[in-house]
Amino acid sequence: MLIFIARRLGIMLLTAFVLTFVVFFLTNLPPNLEKLARSEGSVRMSDESVTAWIEQNGHGGSVLTRYGQWLGMVPGWVLTDEKGVTRGRCIAQRQDPAEASRFCGILQGDWGNSTFFKKAVLPSLGEKLGATGWLMLWVMIVMVPTALVIGVVSGMREGTRTDRALSTFSIASTATPEYVSGVILVALFASPVTGLSPILAEWGWIDGKTLFLGAASPDKITFWSFTLPVLTIALYGIGYIARMTRASMTEVMTAQYIRTARLKGVSFGQVVIRHALRNALIAPFTVIMLQFPWLLNGVVIVETLFNYKGFGWTLVQAAGNNDINLLLGCSVVAVFVVLVTQLISDIGYVFLNPRIRIS
Amino acid sequence: MTDTTWDPSKPILEIDHLSISFFTRLREIPAVMDFSCTVMAGEAMGLVGESGCGKSTVALAVMRDLGKNGRITGGSIKFKGRNLTTMNDEELRHIRGSEIAMIYQEPMASLNPAMKIGAQLAEVPMIHSGMSKAEAWKLARQIVADVRLPDPDRIINAYPHQLSGGQQQRIVIAMALMAKPALLILDEPTTALDVTVEAGIVDLVKDLGEKYGTSMLFISHNLGLVMDVCDRICVMYSGEAVETGAVKEVFDVMRHPYTQALFRSIPLPGADKNARPLISIPGNFPLPHERPPGCNFGPRCDYFQQGRCDAGDIPMDPVPGGDRHETRCLRWTEIDWAAPPARRAVKTKAPIGKVVLKMEDLKKYYSVSTGAFGGGMTKVVKANETLSFEARQGETLAIVGESGCGKSTFAKVLMGLETATSGSIMLFDENVQSTPIQKRNTDVVSSVQMVFQNPFDTLNPSMTVGRQIIRALEIFKYGNSDEDRRNRMLELLDLVKLPRAFADRMPRQLSGGQKQRVGIARAFAGGAKVVVADEPVSALDVSVQAAVTDLLMDIQRENGTTLLFISHDLSIVRYLSDRVMVMYLGHVVEMGTTDQVFQPPYHPYTEALLSAVPIADTKVERKRIVLEGDIPSAMNPPPGCPFQTRCRWKSKVPGNRCETEMPGVRTLAGGHQIKCHLSTEVLQQMEPVIKVAAE
Amino acid sequence: MDDALTWGAIIGQILMQFLPVWIALVATYAVSITFKRRLGLYGKLFDSPVGMIGFGIVMFWVFTAVFADQIVTFDPLAQLGSKKNLAPGSVFADAAEDQYKYFLFGGDHLARDVFSRMVMGARSVLSIAPAATAFAFMVGITLGVPAGYFGGRLDTTLSFVANLVLAFPVILLFYLLVTPEIRLTGIPVVLAALLFIFPIVFLTILFNSRYFTDPKKRNLYVGMVLVVGLWAYSGLAFNMDPLGVWSMDPNLLNVFVSVVFVNSPTVFRIVRGIVMDLKARDYVAAGQTRGEGPWYIMLWEILPNARGPLIVDFCLRIGYTTILLGTLGFFGLGVAPDSPDWGSTIDDGRKTLSLFPHAAVVPALALMSLVLGLNLLADGLREESLRD
Repeated sequence: MLIFIARRLGIMLLTAFVLTFVVFFLTNLPPNLEKLARSEGSVRMSDESVTAWIEQNGHGGSVLTRYGQWLGMVPGWVLTDEKGVTRGRCIAQRQDPAEASRFCGILQGDWGNSTFFKKAVLPSLGEKLGATGWLMLWVMIVMVPTALVIGVVSGMREGTRTDRALSTFSIASTATPEYVSGVILVALFASPVTGLSPILAEWGWIDGKTLFLGAASPDKITFWSFTLPVLTIALYGIGYIARMTRASMTEVMTAQYIRTARLKGVSFGQVVIRHALRNALIAPFTVIMLQFPWLLNGVVIVETLFNYKGFGWTLVQAAGNNDINLLLGCSVVAVFVVLVTQLISDIGYVFLNPRIRIS
Repeated sequence: MTDTTWDPSKPILEIDHLSISFFTRLREIPAVMDFSCTVMAGEAMGLVGESGCGKSTVALAVMRDLGKNGRITGGSIKFKGRNLTTMNDEELRHIRGSEIAMIYQEPMASLNPAMKIGAQLAEVPMIHSGMSKAEAWKLARQIVADVRLPDPDRIINAYPHQLSGGQQQRIVIAMALMAKPALLILDEPTTALDVTVEAGIVDLVKDLGEKYGTSMLFISHNLGLVMDVCDRICVMYSGEAVETGAVKEVFDVMRHPYTQALFRSIPLPGADKNARPLISIPGNFPLPHERPPGCNFGPRCDYFQQGRCDAGDIPMDPVPGGDRHETRCLRWTEIDWAAPPARRAVKTKAPIGKVVLKMEDLKKYYSVSTGAFGGGMTKVVKANETLSFEARQGETLAIVGESGCGKSTFAKVLMGLETATSGSIMLFDENVQSTPIQKRNTDVVSSVQMVFQNPFDTLNPSMTVGRQIIRALEIFKYGNSDEDRRNRMLELLDLVKLPRAFADRMPRQLSGGQKQRVGIARAFAGGAKVVVADEPVSALDVSVQAAVTDLLMDIQRENGTTLLFISHDLSIVRYLSDRVMVMYLGHVVEMGTTDQVFQPPYHPYTEALLSAVPIADTKVERKRIVLEGDIPSAMNPPPGCPFQTRCRWKSKVPGNRCETEMPGVRTLAGGHQIKCHLSTEVLQQMEPVIKVAAE
Repeated sequence: MDDALTWGAIIGQILMQFLPVWIALVATYAVSITFKRRLGLYGKLFDSPVGMIGFGIVMFWVFTAVFADQIVTFDPLAQLGSKKNLAPGSVFADAAEDQYKYFLFGGDHLARDVFSRMVMGARSVLSIAPAATAFAFMVGITLGVPAGYFGGRLDTTLSFVANLVLAFPVILLFYLLVTPEIRLTGIPVVLAALLFIFPIVFLTILFNSRYFTDPKKRNLYVGMVLVVGLWAYSGLAFNMDPLGVWSMDPNLLNVFVSVVFVNSPTVFRIVRGIVMDLKARDYVAAGQTRGEGPWYIMLWEILPNARGPLIVDFCLRIGYTTILLGTLGFFGLGVAPDSPDWGSTIDDGRKTLSLFPHAAVVPALALMSLVLGLNLLADGLREESLRD
């Protein structure tokens, strides 16, 4: 078991290195740097001065070295310009170059400065992550139980009318990406001119103009502002997880050992709860964990749509404004989240499944 | 739980004119028609028939578990006088598991992988008699001991995958016995197990039946097994019972043509491929929706009379003088049952020529990584250990052994799919030991071919039959044009006695036996000189087995092919082979001519194997030798002699030589080889396992 | 001056506009149902209500894409008149004599016709999604089959790379890969060169392994593949087709390549799993014992038997690709600003969402119905291929 986790961790570390390098490479492509130079310096810079700017701000040289500096495994660059001012990656403004540390990368906790937020990446990212955390929490609370119940109920009696109805719902929900469900939900529940809200307002059942709010903010988490974003993300996931659960459940329900249990005289309810559930939930567990990369997608779309200033919104801003350090930070977080969930899914699978655990 | 209102002299189970159908979108498929049988208290009833005859459907109907599509369309099933067909779910639930219990074919699949054995066992009394958890576990432990499993305390705390196949089946039996049921239904309980393990299970079932006075409904395709276990038998054919009666009566004085044909098609002691060949049943088993009018067996029956046998439904007719002996035949009083079979063609023995294949000291080791998660160390598995033999032209050499004995590895090495670790394989004076198949030239490849075990797997499901044979011809560089090859393909279909129209069919349109024939045609496409047949008939029904075996023999006779026949079935081996090689855990433990191997002196393993194979002949007396335990894993073989853990002769060898020293090969009279420590005197004292009583 | 249309009239007008689609649909169904017993798996689809509905929806959009020029009421890119955000059914006040008179689904914030944009959107989606999915399948199959068949180090390496791509959140990958800056670096062209070579490799191996026993036929087939394949390849990947038949807009190429890149690893994993299962079959061993090469066994013995699950996944994956394309459009990545594709129209429409929802809701429903149709079709196919 320990060897297994160690191996997984090793692969994970390797993956993290490769992925961050790819992200670093793609964000630090020459055209991106030129764009950065023009936005930081001046839009009308000549090509020569752009090249000079890039050199002087430590973006020259081989991409491997710069990646090493960013990681904190290679000493940060130090340059002295013709005016005799020494500047460097690790030298803060108005700091004596002698006092600065040699290494300053993400390993040392220095994630650089965001050109868009005009402050350090780490604290601003942390704040945004907190906001997204709340969103994700509620998504999970809504999504996982709903999906599992739908999947189990429709899978335990395959082919019945309940099954057909629930399956159709799941198929429809997997066909509805967040940007579609978000738009439709807003049109239905958060528009003062269409959908439910004008009718409810006319009847005097709601005070405001709309039933739910079409925008959300991390500072004011209320039922009325959070329902639509949470529902939007959850809807797509519900269908997917429910379909997995159903497939797994129907397979288990036709297994020989379920027949054994039935012919032992175990009642249907007990067959489902004692014999089928545990075996049927092994596969969906993995799926739920591997849903995280997708949830991240949903988060980005929903935060853009509902103007919720969280991690996804930050990612869009960083990419849209060529904020290289911020984008790198976002990528590191995203990659980290994905890899950790993969690890949890692997270990959880082993623990849930006695056949693997004990052999 | 015994029902006090029930009179024990009445039948436990009474099935009366039962009809069952399955309903699909297109049509109703009748699976069982007009089936009647009774089982008395303490009686064991055997249900025999080929696959698709409806025997398992009857069993599931008794349990009232026919699934969504199955429905009982007529008749009744009475259990202790109560009609099961009209019971509601709640009443059924009280009967299932407590009064009627079932044992299934695949033990691994029947046990819940995520629940401990103890919990699965204890559940039964907890549901049915409201026993407390602690008591139920205590009972579980006791029953586990009853089914003769070692170390019951460990086993009840284990998960199913930690046990071997034989142990799992014992657990399934234990589970069935937890509530001391009045009726036990066993659906092919030993089919998935090795013969020597099967023998142990059969013994256990018989003993427990007597100990608890349980009635049994025993479903099997194996007549010999039914004879071992049951008192009465019911032979089924295509959804109907065709003959029923006491086992001895049906076996000795059968009164239905199908039963007779069945017995003539299975290899019993005394059958011989040349002098007394088997007689296969002509034609094919009818599909459920294509049954003929009148007698279902009519089209395949030697005694068929047009206008009479196909006129209308035929009822069961009691045979006077028998013990509830009945037959579903109109003409049974007219048939001369003692007459020798008409269609028996005596064949001449093929001459045996020069040596074509010679293996010397062949070794094949694998390194396998152990440890649960891919890491850990590697371990060497000795799949084949010092294999030496030769095979001659026109000869049939049988390779006998149970799972894990290394016979499949041997086949792979010979074919060149794997290369041997050391030793030599001389094929027509050419050493091919270290030549993988890609490097062998076309002649060598086409002259060594293989027939595979599973008919449903041997043909590519998405290619026509003709195309698959033509591809073999292309690869073997036969002919100059597509037309040449197509003609040759049609000839090959003739050779395996299939209609030429089959060339354009897809494999799914063929029956198991027909697919196996195509497999044979494909193997002989390049004029194979050596054919490895890996259990070619073991997955086929008995009536088809004879036909496919005979086909192989005929082709061999015509072409002088050397046949390496891999099998675990000693009956068929005795019938068709010239020489036999017995393998156990990678070692050849005995080798000699068929007569030498089937007569004492035996290797102790051969002796046990012979004893374990059930023989469907009331005149044969068999000594019961039941081996302890299971076959050790090839990953972890015992020290010394590989068979020492289960050998009953071990005490006759002085000291602990069996446990420490690998026995060498001993050559007895006539080139008979045995790998054993037993002294010549002890070997001479061995008695024959099988005695045929004088007729 | 006419009055605005009522909802009933709008529906009537729209049904009229789709007339060619209805005719094509009825014809398809009539022919298919008549001959369904002779059409294999496709025919069996018409036994399953779910499959039939799904197929109907998909074909509706396919025919819409085909007949888009006949169906549209206005030029989807044109700004019509001065009134913006007109409600569905509104009258087009400045209509010329021969012009259509109504905004059936209203107008958007630039006074473009929402209905016409939706119809044209179908064409833009359906011209990319199936092709991109097909390329992803080629890549996934060409790599997944040997990985599953040979196992060992090859499998470990390829699986690692596949997992690497899968570990990227898709949206991040899009933000990194689909940008105007990256087009300058030539990375999309390199990726295209890499990904587009797979179909050629696949087909060459496919024919060579089958016909190497008959060199004449082999040379003919392989030659044809190479000539046509490399010709198209030069045009599509490098935009250097000497005859100028094959070419791809750099914007489109960027989007196309990214979508193929994102989809391939999943296909790879599916194919690899199926092959690992199928390679233990006896007919594979039979091929080996008669000395067949590994590629013949992989492509002619194993692959045809994997077609069931692969066809089902192909349908699902077109749907998924449609969603991905929508995502790209939604974030304004890699598409022309006034493109009528559904993702961009949703993005345009959401700015006025709470007051004039129709501009975003119409393309949203269109996209959803196409994906739903594909999912139902896949479900029907799966059900039918499992039956008997």
